[in-house]
Amino acid sequence: MEAATRLYYRYFPEKLLGEVLSKRWSDNFVPAFAVLLVIGFFLARDPGFFSLASLTETSRQLAEFSIVVVAMGIVLLAGGLDLSVGSVFALANITALICMNLLGWPVWATAAATLAVGALCGAVNGFLIGYLRIRAFLTTLVTLIIIRSIVDIILLRYAVAISAVFPDSDFWFFLGEGNLLGLPVSFLVAIAVIVIWHVVLTRARFGWHLTAVGGGRRSAYNAGLNVKRTVFLTYVWSGALAAGAGLFFAARLGSAGSDTGVGLEIAALTAAVLGGNSLGGGRGSVAKSVLGAIVVLILTDSMVRIGISGGISSAILGGVLLLVVAIDVRWLKNRHKILNKVYVSPSYFKLPDMPETDAGSGSPYALNDRLRSVSLIGQGEIEGPEDVIFDRADNLYCPNRHGDIVRFFGPDYKKWEIFAHIGGHPLGMAFDRDDNLNVCVGGMGLYRITPDRKVEKLTDETNRSFLSVIDDSRLKLADDLDIAPDGRIFFSEATIRYDMHDWAYDALESRGNGRLICYDPRDGATRTVLRNLQFPNGVCMAGDGESFLFAETWGCRINRYWFEGQKKGRCETVVPNLPGYPDNINRASDGNFWVALVGMRSPALDLALRKPGLRKRMATRIAKDEWLFPNINTGCVLKFTPQGKVLESMWDLGGVNHPMVTSMREHKGYLYLGGLYNDRIGRLALDGADPDWTSQDFYWGGKNGSR
Amino acid sequence: MSDTTADKLPPNGAEQKSRKSFVFTQELIVAIAAAVLFVFFSLTLDNFLLPGNLVTLVRNVAVLGLLSLGMAVVVIGRGVDLSLVAVMAVSLTVAIVLANEGMGFAEALLVGLGFVVLVAVVLGFLVAYVEIPSIFATLAVASIVYGLGRGVIADLDVNNIPNGLDWFLFLGRGAIFGIPVSIWIFALTALVLYLFLRWTGIGRFIYALGDNLQTARITGIPVRPIIVLQYVISGVMAFLAGAVTAASVASMNMRIVNSTVIYDVLLVVVLGGIGLTGGRGGVRNVVVGTALIGLLLNAMTIMDISYTVQNLIKSAVLLLALVVDALLNPRDEQTAQQGDI
Repeated sequence: MEAATRLYYRYFPEKLLGEVLSKRWSDNFVPAFAVLLVIGFFLARDPGFFSLASLTETSRQLAEFSIVVVAMGIVLLAGGLDLSVGSVFALANITALICMNLLGWPVWATAAATLAVGALCGAVNGFLIGYLRIRAFLTTLVTLIIIRSIVDIILLRYAVAISAVFPDSDFWFFLGEGNLLGLPVSFLVAIAVIVIWHVVLTRARFGWHLTAVGGGRRSAYNAGLNVKRTVFLTYVWSGALAAGAGLFFAARLGSAGSDTGVGLEIAALTAAVLGGNSLGGGRGSVAKSVLGAIVVLILTDSMVRIGISGGISSAILGGVLLLVVAIDVRWLKNRHKILNKVYVSPSYFKLPDMPETDAGSGSPYALNDRLRSVSLIGQGEIEGPEDVIFDRADNLYCPNRHGDIVRFFGPDYKKWEIFAHIGGHPLGMAFDRDDNLNVCVGGMGLYRITPDRKVEKLTDETNRSFLSVIDDSRLKLADDLDIAPDGRIFFSEATIRYDMHDWAYDALESRGNGRLICYDPRDGATRTVLRNLQFPNGVCMAGDGESFLFAETWGCRINRYWFEGQKKGRCETVVPNLPGYPDNINRASDGNFWVALVGMRSPALDLALRKPGLRKRMATRIAKDEWLFPNINTGCVLKFTPQGKVLESMWDLGGVNHPMVTSMREHKGYLYLGGLYNDRIGRLALDGADPDWTSQDFYWGGKNGSR
Repeated sequence: MSDTTADKLPPNGAEQKSRKSFVFTQELIVAIAAAVLFVFFSLTLDNFLLPGNLVTLVRNVAVLGLLSLGMAVVVIGRGVDLSLVAVMAVSLTVAIVLANEGMGFAEALLVGLGFVVLVAVVLGFLVAYVEIPSIFATLAVASIVYGLGRGVIADLDVNNIPNGLDWFLFLGRGAIFGIPVSIWIFALTALVLYLFLRWTGIGRFIYALGDNLQTARITGIPVRPIIVLQYVISGVMAFLAGAVTAASVASMNMRIVNSTVIYDVLLVVVLGGIGLTGGRGGVRNVVVGTALIGLLLNAMTIMDISYTVQNLIKSAVLLLALVVDALLNPRDEQTAQQGDI
């Protein structure tokens, strides 16, 4: 039974569901399904529906309609709404016809004039909505009537004259009825418009501004975007695009009917929302608009074919609009709940039986109170010193949760200053050969601080893996690092699926979500060297110049990875079955290594790790505070040999003096302790340790860099 | 300054002070403008003071006023009801069609009223519980109701009232103490709504949720049922307006849905001084707004301005009113909702 569970969780990609749903493009599944459904339905009813002639005609309509829907989608994306597109469409139609038929202008001038008229209408809307901040819905509803009235007045005067004249331009008819490469011209233009706007919305600055304004107007303003101008421009573009569609309509039919574009705004709005563009902005794409356009066009066309009366068909369209808006509103409101339910995907993991830790058991893990006597540095003055490190002048450095690196001045470590501000949450630190402080920053990546306090970004991304659904190129949680003798920086990224403060979710999953990454300062390249690790944490060079040790926190083990030499690329477990969760690893003066256990295993959680279903139910049904957590209230410091033999352990049973240990650093006969959630740094005198030994000198040689 | 407006001002001392010292409130300005226009039109337009025209004017004002009262209740609760005209036309068509098929007219009217309440409850449910922005819900419901009317309920756009219903026609054509019945209806309805909004708990709650929905909800006001109630009230207003219309011309023409009457209603509400941000204004604003817009519409018709140009003028004025409204009642980003566009 358990073997079946193990195989299921090993090979069945359960986490994919949540990852796919967390992608914005997954919204497109529903409209895409609707397209297939509608096409299938009408194909079954009427096989002649997709004849070549009908398709050509449909594709011309589709071209015009989808341009209008794309325009609507752009405005929606920025949090607005443009109901005047139908009237602008009609106005463009009549403008083009007047220019061609009555004024006899060339096609290019006609096109320019038409687009300009559309952009002008859009500019009026944009001014009222963007700069004067009137409600988009009412404003465009009113401009819809105003423009429609203008069209009616023009029609009254010129309709007869227009229908009497026939423009003398082959190119004009080519626009309306011609084919290029077997496809209608307007269809090709529509495709060009769609592609261009797709690129603009997803890749260009303007498109990002649009999305930002739609997603959070005030945040966009606070970020320094020109919100009013961005909103204004969306309406200008919307007007111009609607006018472009009207231009093709004019070239295709050449008729100045009074019902041109009537109801187009509702159809376009229905299409845009049906495609998945959100009312209220921030969520939408060109692809969504096009999908929606296809569905609505087939729907309306088919209703005409079947012979449903105008009243009923508008009622049906209204019903569809209601339905899609309702779905949109509910989806937006509940999406994160669904995502919460499916994203967390626990996996099967079996740990060996826990080693003995009882006092007096003779085990190297036997409980004692050796950490109780630590003296404290900076108590109550610092927050979250995950790691501690010393420079050559014996000054102590630690990060805090505000994104600073704090420097305590030796030798008594009473006075301190902010050495540098990075941001994020700085975690592991290491000095390189030139005394630069290299820091892993949770949420930001790998940074370097030079001795004169200049902060430089080394890297914040790595190569994206080919088949990964979520974007794993960004560094979400760079954790700890060490530097090879040749200058290469090896660092761990604890998890690619969660942000730093959601580490408990990763613990719950206990899948290998983390990885080891190498940054090479010689050519600035970053690449992933080892994947699928269970929360890789502390990294420490083994001292042979070709391998390093690293801890897998949720795996309760310490591994050794060879990056050079004969065993290059191999990874072996050094300490397999720890009684707790290992964090940072550092060198000891006697040639061994220190490792901090940030928390201790418990039989209940160990058992739960073998029951992924239980943990899944736990994650979806009860509050995070009530979960089975890894116990991070009690921890200890261990010393182990390069071969993996654990020599001794130091505990603080009451947890009063130094409640949590995530890191320790030996420096001149003392051991200094850091803790992620502590407000202090601990200092413990070590019996028999070399009083002159410093990690910095030992690894990089004497003060002048000579070894 | 109307006291309801004063109650609802934000607790901003400076603004309240400046508003109070400002004698010419929007309501007063609109009332004066209406009076001035009345005198002006009486002097300049030959046909304006003819009894026939005054009756038309008054009847139109009554219909417009009834619709605007319904719209006002919804707008005060921070919504908009664009389905008023469709509901008005189709509900009366239901009654008339049923009556023509042999049902007693009173019963048929009751069925029509039931239809209105049903539509309003569905609409209110969509807005309050499904949380569709009111503007979309009412627009879509309007097209559904109209589609039903055209496609299912009646074959023709125009449906005539059966003969021999003088008591009903009295609503539209009769007069009591020399004042047309339709005006009595409007006045009575306005009084009832005034008392409701001003003196009942639920009426005050409507202001509260229009002012700040989240706060109202936290306070413990049953906001969702009250939103449904708003749409029921506006639906009943639409039904009354439809009854007056049908009574005066002895028929109901569903093509009115495609006209711009709904924008006239919006114009009345916005010009009268009921901010679209919700929580402000009252029945008095509707009365003065109705007077002004009714006068303007009537004068434009007498001046023989074409329908399209009338539309152009009306919508330009509405746009102007929206601009002024946006400047006077800036939208509150703190309580603006997602999709509130």
